[in-house]
Amino acid sequence: MDLVVSGVGHAYGALPVLEGIDLHVASGEIVAVLGPSGCGKSTLLGIAGGLIEPGAGAVRLRGEAPPRCLNALTYVFQDFALLPWRDVAANVALPLEHHGLGRAEIARRVDVALERIGLAEFRGAWPRQLSGGMRQRVGIARALVVEPAVLLMDEPLSALDAQTRDLLLEDLIALWRATRFTALYVTHNLAEALRLAHRVVVLSRRPGRVREVVEVPFDPDARGTPEANAALARIQERLWGLIRDEARDAEREILAHDA
Amino acid sequence: MTPERPVPFRGGGFAPRRRRFVALAAFAVLLGAWELAGRGGWISPIFLPRPGTILGALGDLVRSGALAEHLGASLFRIAAGWTLGSALGFAAGLAIGLFSLARSAGIPIVSALFPIPKIALLPLMILWLGIGEASKVATIALGVFFPTVIAVYAAVDAVPRNLIRMAQSFGVPPAAILRKVVLPGAWPAILSGFRITASIALILVVSAEMIGAQRGIGQFVLQAGNLMIPEDLLAGIVVLSALGLGIGALIGTIERATTRWR
Repeated sequence: MDLVVSGVGHAYGALPVLEGIDLHVASGEIVAVLGPSGCGKSTLLGIAGGLIEPGAGAVRLRGEAPPRCLNALTYVFQDFALLPWRDVAANVALPLEHHGLGRAEIARRVDVALERIGLAEFRGAWPRQLSGGMRQRVGIARALVVEPAVLLMDEPLSALDAQTRDLLLEDLIALWRATRFTALYVTHNLAEALRLAHRVVVLSRRPGRVREVVEVPFDPDARGTPEANAALARIQERLWGLIRDEARDAEREILAHDA
Repeated sequence: MTPERPVPFRGGGFAPRRRRFVALAAFAVLLGAWELAGRGGWISPIFLPRPGTILGALGDLVRSGALAEHLGASLFRIAAGWTLGSALGFAAGLAIGLFSLARSAGIPIVSALFPIPKIALLPLMILWLGIGEASKVATIALGVFFPTVIAVYAAVDAVPRNLIRMAQSFGVPPAAILRKVVLPGAWPAILSGFRITASIALILVVSAEMIGAQRGIGQFVLQAGNLMIPEDLLAGIVVLSALGLGIGALIGTIERATTRWR
C-alpha cells in the first residue's frame, strides 16, 4: 500500500508551517523526512496519519491493505506514548481490543509481536520498570501488532542514548529485512536517515517545503560495505550542506523574531 | 612539600526521612506529659481532662450505646452527602474536562460559587428542605460538589494529550478512550480530590449538627460543652479525629490497590 501526500499545506493561526508538500511513499519503502527544527516535520506526520486536519491538500492511501491489517496508518511515537497503568502485554493489546477479536487471539498476536521485538519475557512488566530502549520496543511491538500498511515514525530514536539508538536502528533494519514494512520516518538525525531510508526528503525552514529528495542507492540491509559507505559519505556531505544552510537561516529568523 | 588537606563532607541534611518509632515515642511522650500534668494538678480538669479520664468517658459512651447512635447518624449524613456531591461533581468535572460547551459554561459558574462557605447555605437548605436530614445532606453534598468538580476537570486536563492522540491513532473509539486512557490517567488526581472532599464532609457534618440536630457527633460535642462535661466533649473530638483518620486510611488503601503501576 502506497502513501500519497498531495499539495499539503498547514498553518497554526497566522503562522504557516507547511506549504505545497508532495510526497509518495511506495509499498516496502522507507522515506525519511529531514529538516531544521520547526520546519513542520511532525505536523506533516500528524497530517499523514489523520491526527491533524491539513489546511490545504490531501493524503491518500493507494492500493490494498495487507490482509490482516487492522490499522493502515500506525504511529511510533518519539516519547513512546505507553499507558503507565498497563503492563507491557496490555499496552501492546490496546489497539486490538476494539476489533472484536477473542481474548485468546489477542494474546496470541501480542505474543507474536513481543517475540518479534525480543520482549516476550517482559510481558508482565510496568513501563516504569523498562529502559528507554525497551519502552520504544514496546511502542514498536504495539505498532506491529495491528499489521500496519504504513508506519509513521516520529523521531522514534531521538529520546534514546546513542548506544541504545544504534541497537534499535539495527533492530529496525532486521525488521525491515523480515517484513519489508513501509514507513515515513521523521528525524533530525542525518546518520539515522541514511542508515535506514531508501529516500531522504529534505524540508526547507518554516514554512516547510520539499527542498530536495535524495535517493539512497542501497537497501538498508546492504549498507556497510566499503563501496556503500563511500557512496553514503558523499550523500551525507551533500545532505548536511543542505540542512546546515536551512538550520542557520532558521536560527537567524528565530533570533531576529526574538529581538 | 605540597600541602594536603582532607575534603570536608558538605552534602548532609535537606533529606528528612520518617522514622516510625520516633512518631510513636512522640505520641507517648505527649500523652504521658499531659497525663502527669493532670494528675499533678498543673492542668485543671475543667479546662483539659487527663487522657485517662477522656478514655474512661469514651468507654462509657461505647457501653451506653450513645457512641453508636451519634456516630451512626453522622456517618449516614457523611456517606449520603459525600456520595451525592461526589457523583454530581464527578459528572460535572468530567463534562468540563471533555466538552468545550460544558467548559465554557461550567468554569465561570464553579469559580463564582466555589468560594461561598457552604455552611452559610445551611439556613437556606433548612428553608427549602426542612430541619431534617435532607438539609444536612444537601449542605454536605454542596460542600463536596465544587472541589470535586475542580479536582476532576483538573485531573482530566492533566492526562497527557499524547496518550489520547496515541489511542486515536489506533482508531480506539471515543468511549473506550475515556474508559482506557482518560479515566485511568486522571484517577490518581481524582483520588487526591476525594481525600480533600472527605475532610470537607467531616467539617460540614459537625458544623451542620451543631446548628440543628438531635443526634450526631457534632451535636454531642456541642451538648457536652453546654453541660460543662469536658471529658465527653474531648471524647467526641477523639471520635472525630479517629473518623478522619479512618476515612483517610480507607482512601489510602483504595489508592494503593488501584495505582500499583506508579
